Amino acid sequence: MIWVVKITFKVNGQPITLDVKPNELLINVLRDKLKLTGTKYVCGIGECGACTVLLDGEPILSCLTLAVDVNGKEVTTIEGISKNDELSEVQEAFMEEGAIQCGYCIPGFIIMSEYLLRINQKPTEEEIKEYLKGNLCRCTGYVNIIRAVKRASESRTTKTG
Amino acid sequence: MSRELRPVPINLRNTKIIPFEFQYFEPESLEEALQLLRTYGSEAKILAGGTDLLVKMKIRAVEPKYVINIKLIRELRYVRADRDSVRIGALTTWRDLEKSDLIREEVPALYDAVKSMGSLQIRNMATVGGNLCNASPAADSAPPLLVHEAKIKLTSIEGTREIPITEFFTGPGMTVMKPYELLHEIIIPKRKGGSSFIKVSRVAMDLAIASAATYVEVEDNTIKDVKIALGSVAPRPIRARKCEAALIGKKVDEGVLREIASLVAGEISPIDDVRGSAWYRREVSKVLVYDSLIKSLERVRR
Repeated sequence: MIWVVKITFKVNGQPITLDVKPNELLINVLRDKLKLTGTKYVCGIGECGACTVLLDGEPILSCLTLAVDVNGKEVTTIEGISKNDELSEVQEAFMEEGAIQCGYCIPGFIIMSEYLLRINQKPTEEEIKEYLKGNLCRCTGYVNIIRAVKRASESRTTKTG
Repeated sequence: MSRELRPVPINLRNTKIIPFEFQYFEPESLEEALQLLRTYGSEAKILAGGTDLLVKMKIRAVEPKYVINIKLIRELRYVRADRDSVRIGALTTWRDLEKSDLIREEVPALYDAVKSMGSLQIRNMATVGGNLCNASPAADSAPPLLVHEAKIKLTSIEGTREIPITEFFTGPGMTVMKPYELLHEIIIPKRKGGSSFIKVSRVAMDLAIASAATYVEVEDNTIKDVKIALGSVAPRPIRARKCEAALIGKKVDEGVLREIASLVAGEISPIDDVRGSAWYRREVSKVLVYDSLIKSLERVRR
């Protein structure tokens, strides 16, 4: 017996309707069906944060979310962070600070950093660490990443301030 | 003492999929959910945050035929207070607790646990009810609720019952819940003392190697009432009643507190596992209880 559920949700502003099986995970629907491969699969058990996406604006782990569960909701992936091929301030800052080596964990870090700066324009170093503690990086290390978030925060506040 | 190093099962069996199919239900009301539980009971699993259940399903540690997603039941997500108690709906996320002034003021030990629990992503997903039902000996919500003498309200199609949290856990992953029952609400009596929770873990967001919560009331610099609970040091989260009894009536004195806190080593039964050794857990428990007592006492005086 096979059960299939029709779901309708938004991905990066675009409405999508899909048939999914109840056991399909959001990350696999994003990567395999919608070809949004920016979201990365790493640990699969909620420890590394690489698969982080925004669900109705709040960060969640797409590897531990059933696709059926996003019915009627709005998902933002790393592809939705840059506008028309123009990188966001956070993305620019990560490049400028050399906060990327292999880059595999970076989509998760960018999503969390975007979320943090959205709710707190001038986070302290402690706040940055608190918000990014669920994201693991095995090669760059965290110093440059934290510096990049600070830089993005400064460039935002100087623009808006 | 040498131990063979080998991958833990979770790493051997984990893949990017849930490797089996199941029938899926999305009840929109409590009644509907209870009806489904009555029908499918022991072959069904309740999905709330998913941060424990889906991991277990991925590695086939559990393989339910039916999954009942209760996230659409909005009436189960709240933190509210009446005159005598604070009530938390089962679907309340850890992030909700973190944002709640009521929890910070009335149940400080639980607020400490929220702050130390998981990443922001996990806190956004994971629910309090799920943390309790998963019944891990390391559940961060358990020691704070134990020292605040919370009650758990379980609801089924037949009615509701309230049980003290001290009777809720029966072993690792096991509770007194019947297959057709739903954890409905956590009821925390309002008390005037101070409380706190401390844990040690490998990295900031990890599961606890050991954890302790305490609740204290003081009168004339004498300990009038005290509750002590520990996590990750026994098959289930426990109260340290001998240690509590030894503290009551004692003057608040660091030397005395330290001496009595060390009694806790005799009340726990820790094991060696990937996170820490039994020896370490025993040693660190004494320190955790002492530190938590000091922190709770500071909050009483405030």
